[in-house]
Amino acid sequence: MTRSRRLAYAALALLLPLLVLLSLAAGGQWLNPLGYWQHDASAQQVLLISRLPRTLSLLIAGAAMSIAGVLMQLLTQNRYVEPATAGTIASASLGLLLTALFWPSSPLLLKMLIASLFALLGSALFIAIIQRLKLLSPLLVPVIGLMLSAVIGALTTFIAVRFELLQALNAWLNGDFSSVLQGRYELLWLTAAIALVIFVVAERFAVAGMGYDVATNLGLNYHATQTLGLALVSVTTAVVVVVVGALPFLGLIVPNLISLAYGDQLRANLPLIALTGAALTMACDILGRVLIAPFEIPVGTLLGVIGALLFLWVLRQTREVAR
Amino acid sequence: MIEVQQLHKRYADDAVLTDINLRIDSTGVVAIIGPNGAGKSTLLTIMSRLQQPSHGRVRLDGEDIHQMPTRQLAQRLAILRQENHFVSRLTVRELVSFGRYPHSQGKLRQRDWQSIEQALSFLDLLPLQHRYLDQLSGGQRQRAYVAMVLCQETDYVLLDEPLNNLDIHHAVSMMKLIRRAADELKRTIIIVIHDINFAAAYADQIIALKDGQIACQGTPTEIMRTSVLSPIFNLPITIAPYEKHPLAVFYR
Repeated sequence: MTRSRRLAYAALALLLPLLVLLSLAAGGQWLNPLGYWQHDASAQQVLLISRLPRTLSLLIAGAAMSIAGVLMQLLTQNRYVEPATAGTIASASLGLLLTALFWPSSPLLLKMLIASLFALLGSALFIAIIQRLKLLSPLLVPVIGLMLSAVIGALTTFIAVRFELLQALNAWLNGDFSSVLQGRYELLWLTAAIALVIFVVAERFAVAGMGYDVATNLGLNYHATQTLGLALVSVTTAVVVVVVGALPFLGLIVPNLISLAYGDQLRANLPLIALTGAALTMACDILGRVLIAPFEIPVGTLLGVIGALLFLWVLRQTREVAR
Repeated sequence: MIEVQQLHKRYADDAVLTDINLRIDSTGVVAIIGPNGAGKSTLLTIMSRLQQPSHGRVRLDGEDIHQMPTRQLAQRLAILRQENHFVSRLTVRELVSFGRYPHSQGKLRQRDWQSIEQALSFLDLLPLQHRYLDQLSGGQRQRAYVAMVLCQETDYVLLDEPLNNLDIHHAVSMMKLIRRAADELKRTIIIVIHDINFAAAYADQIIALKDGQIACQGTPTEIMRTSVLSPIFNLPITIAPYEKHPLAVFYR
């Protein structure tokens, strides 16, 4: 481990516990999480049933979406691709909407599976399109992805309007942790397991990240690896959309920030990407809780604003490094 | 030994390669030359299983490479295409260590580190080993990729236009490296190259392609003749004797 990576770990080791405490404390009713045993039963209930699950799901979802982002970038060999700019999130939402329409009483797990399947088909379509187009500028790739997302999104909205499901749709389109309760977030642990799988087989994805020619030369079955990666990204995205809604930009900014600071050595970067993504999501969510209290700003909205600004900064830095 | 047998490649209705039959013996440098669109790069990518042939076979020591498990082939044959790679922020050393992937599957052992060290020093990359690829010049980056495929320690190394985008200084040092890799490391190196004089000066064998077919195959002295080269390139080419190697003159 290089010295600077150690510094980042040290900073995160200080920052994350602080954010966790704040996240447990902040809300309509401020509670001191360290004084759990001094609280009355109802406050203990709030901490246990609402705040703790919310904090855990922020950690997991933030980490999972950041890792999904870096994986997507390797599979497309493009720094600017993430589930929001590859049609993955849009397709997952379409899948969810159709499930809500045709099978409203289906269990959460089934909803998640159908959303995953749609997410997989949508991102596979995206990859097929960019492989056929052979775009000259890497910046055009996410633009194509955004266009594809817009088309799928328009179809989804149309269906939602026709069948009066617009409200449900909006809940999936914008990440919001305020409704996370005990018993309603546990599916997220699946994405934590997926992140672990990605870490274990990181080397394969790193090789695939060098493109079909180099990966094949090194004896990797490129298409099988790409399919596996897309499946992992799709399930992660679908679970996050089902449980808390879309978290845009995370998969874009976090991996790019880490790459800028420490290069692209995947296995060494993955823990940092996960922890930074968790910290950023949690910071945005806490901010959303306090800015207009007693109301809340959904974390998806704040991530959109903060993420866009951070991303512009990253773009500028990347240009300077490339020069 | 690589054998290409009755190889055809078609894209839609266009025949890119027609009935290619070749035998390339091990050790030495083999140069594939020919005009633009002759099918040189396509031949190289099929010989390295990056593309499938429409018809025909490529055998490596008797085994069909398109049937062989890809990882097994990666331990015996390496291919580097022209530089159009995703420029990632890997260091030179990290990139070169990927050359060990076919052997180590990501878990580098003592033996792998030795190969990485050797490849880095062979290509004079030790001073640059901790630099990121996006901080290197085109020539340095090309050397880093060549180090990666040499580090793979395969009997056969296929390079598609390794001189692309290199100035004459870097082109000469790249060709010297290729020659040394063949002589000292006993690799068989097959290159696609545009400059026929470089081919004549460094290769043991030259294969000339025209319109998807083999125009001729032979030693530099057999190929470097007006009667052979002029029809291939559709250009009057004079051969001037120069030191040990014949020199093709065609500029005016």
